[in-house]
Amino acid sequence: MKMKKVLAMAVSTLLCGTMLVGCGSAKESSDSGSSSNSADSGKTADTEKKTDAATTAAADSGTENNGGGSSSGDLIKVGIINNDPNESGYRTANVNDLKATFTEANGFDASFAYSLKNEEQINYAQKFIQDEVDYLLLSAADTAGWDSVLKDARDAGVRVILFDRTIDADESLYEASIVSDMDKEGEQAVDWLKSQDLVSYDIIHLQGVIGSAAQKGRSGALTDTAKSEGWNIITQQTAEWNAEKAQQIVQSVIDSGKKFNVIYAENDDMAKGAVAALDRANISHGVDKDVVVIGFDCNKWALEELQKGSWNYDGQCNPFQSTYIKDVIDKLENGETLSQKTIIMDEKGFDAKTITSEDVENYGI
Amino acid sequence: MTAGTKGAEKSSFLASIIKKQIFIPIAALLILAIFNLIMDPSFFKITLGHNSEGHPVLSGNLISIIDYGSELAILAIGMTLVTAASRGQDISVGAAIAISGSVVLRVLCGTNSRPETLQAPIIVAFLISCLVAMAFGAFNGALVSIFKIQPMVATLILFTAGRSIAAWINNNELPVVNDKTFTYFGGYIPGIPIPTPFFIAIVCFIVTWLVLKFTNLGLYVQAVGINEKTSRLNGLNPAFIKFITYVILGLCVAVAGFIKVSRLSTINYSVVAKDIEMDAILAVALGGNSLSGGKFNISASILGAYVIQFLTTTLYKFNVQSDALPAYKAVVVILLVILSAPIVREKMAALFKNLRSPVNAESKS
Repeated sequence: MKMKKVLAMAVSTLLCGTMLVGCGSAKESSDSGSSSNSADSGKTADTEKKTDAATTAAADSGTENNGGGSSSGDLIKVGIINNDPNESGYRTANVNDLKATFTEANGFDASFAYSLKNEEQINYAQKFIQDEVDYLLLSAADTAGWDSVLKDARDAGVRVILFDRTIDADESLYEASIVSDMDKEGEQAVDWLKSQDLVSYDIIHLQGVIGSAAQKGRSGALTDTAKSEGWNIITQQTAEWNAEKAQQIVQSVIDSGKKFNVIYAENDDMAKGAVAALDRANISHGVDKDVVVIGFDCNKWALEELQKGSWNYDGQCNPFQSTYIKDVIDKLENGETLSQKTIIMDEKGFDAKTITSEDVENYGI
Repeated sequence: MTAGTKGAEKSSFLASIIKKQIFIPIAALLILAIFNLIMDPSFFKITLGHNSEGHPVLSGNLISIIDYGSELAILAIGMTLVTAASRGQDISVGAAIAISGSVVLRVLCGTNSRPETLQAPIIVAFLISCLVAMAFGAFNGALVSIFKIQPMVATLILFTAGRSIAAWINNNELPVVNDKTFTYFGGYIPGIPIPTPFFIAIVCFIVTWLVLKFTNLGLYVQAVGINEKTSRLNGLNPAFIKFITYVILGLCVAVAGFIKVSRLSTINYSVVAKDIEMDAILAVALGGNSLSGGKFNISASILGAYVIQFLTTTLYKFNVQSDALPAYKAVVVILLVILSAPIVREKMAALFKNLRSPVNAESKS
């Protein structure tokens, strides 16, 4: 019996502990810390429906509810649902970018919620609708399951803007969708590779987790061009975004004595692993060397490798969506209509020969 | 730890070998080796070359196997003890590696994520990471031994939270160490052409062997695993024995994590050592150890770990289509695990005995 009490206490302490950890990683989230809270409000999400809100200026509703904190009349209330900032460097940069833009100084009252799970994200969305936010910014964990909650949002007059990820829902349910075009990223890199006019193309292709959008886009471009240009893909293997797996794969190619002169890694980590294997075998790589190294994502350290000339090319996956989102919100606030729903961001690609220190500062994540 | 059945010395030599626990990993190793020999003998080629810094290094598939399999082998030591004593597995080792690796980098880098010089000696960083990893091991151990939670459930906590904790340790940054000596532990010491992780692994094996030889730990662990009540009646403290195995696993985790961060001088906490816990458990199973505790054989587990790496390298070498790779692995694993089941081995031993009995005279020669 005594044991049980001790156990119960330990478990509850643990729960509190994890809650604290959870809050610690999302300090700025003003009122979305506890998930039980949001689950409760989710049930009553459709009690307060507003049908006429579609035309009224969103600022009005902002004055009505200041339960969320210090919102004064002219602040625009936004609820931002994102994936876990710890997921990757990309996500960290993305979250920091959003936090830097949607500040009170810029006229926003922003709440953040993070989850990698779709159901939790939907709960957060319902909570934000309940809180009567003006805009719901959403980077969905999964493409499916969003119809009903977005309908609730429409009924409540909440405008939805998707960023980074698309969803399988009717276009009328959201105002705009700001996405990266992974196909374009791949094409830019492959076009660059084509422009290098190598004597022969023997490529090691390190793929990301099979089926992810980034993998599909980046693999697709290379596979198509390799077919049409007669490039030789020596090895096509998934290293699952993992540097060490990439190192092993490249090592095994070296061990088997196959010749290659291009490494096309679908993210920076894998390129780093590949380069570690090359260094071990004393194969030179980089600008005007034996092996051309291509990475993606533009991590700061990767861009520094470019500057040093030990890599050749790095393709961007633009995490800086906040300016695009702010643009959309400004336009909607001014009563303008958007010319198109899907907004594709500019993606950059950096060549080791032309990269500058400013590029590293501005675009490194 | 021989089969020790009645009249074993009289039964055929082969049958007694089959009954030995270490037979399964050895057989698996032989099968893989023969397969490679038939398919492509160059698999076993080892060449002496130089790395990009001009130091001599051996390269070849076998070298890759002893290199990359070392972390898994080190983890297999701890996992075997945990399995034997607590009749369950620790599934948090991957997350714990992320934590201990992050601690190493945190200590080395200080607050700056990309320091020019190391902020602390490497040995200090390693020792601190050992302490941290052992503390997390102690946490798991306490949940299992004192609160009697099922090992898999208890370690699920750290499995879920570990990578977030690792992210938090380094403020979501990915620190990079620019120090040559730090790369020695996951690469090569100048002048020695054999990868250092293998030496580290060997040191771990020797220490384990000495501990098991000169203390009663092995006996106690088995006694607790076989029957907790009787071992308590015999004056052992089962809770403490279980607890200590988790702390030992924590130490193994710290060593493995140290090698992992040294390989690339950085850490990506979201993917580092991903799914390694499953491979470690598999190594224990492959070693013919019962996953429900009791008797154990550490050398068989270690061999099992290298078998897994052998398999991985073989699959890379033959360029198995990337998305099909896990399926191949699964098939092999199913075969090996079924073969290693005691009931199958007993049947096989009986079969061989029957086969040999007519020609018993020959086997004597």
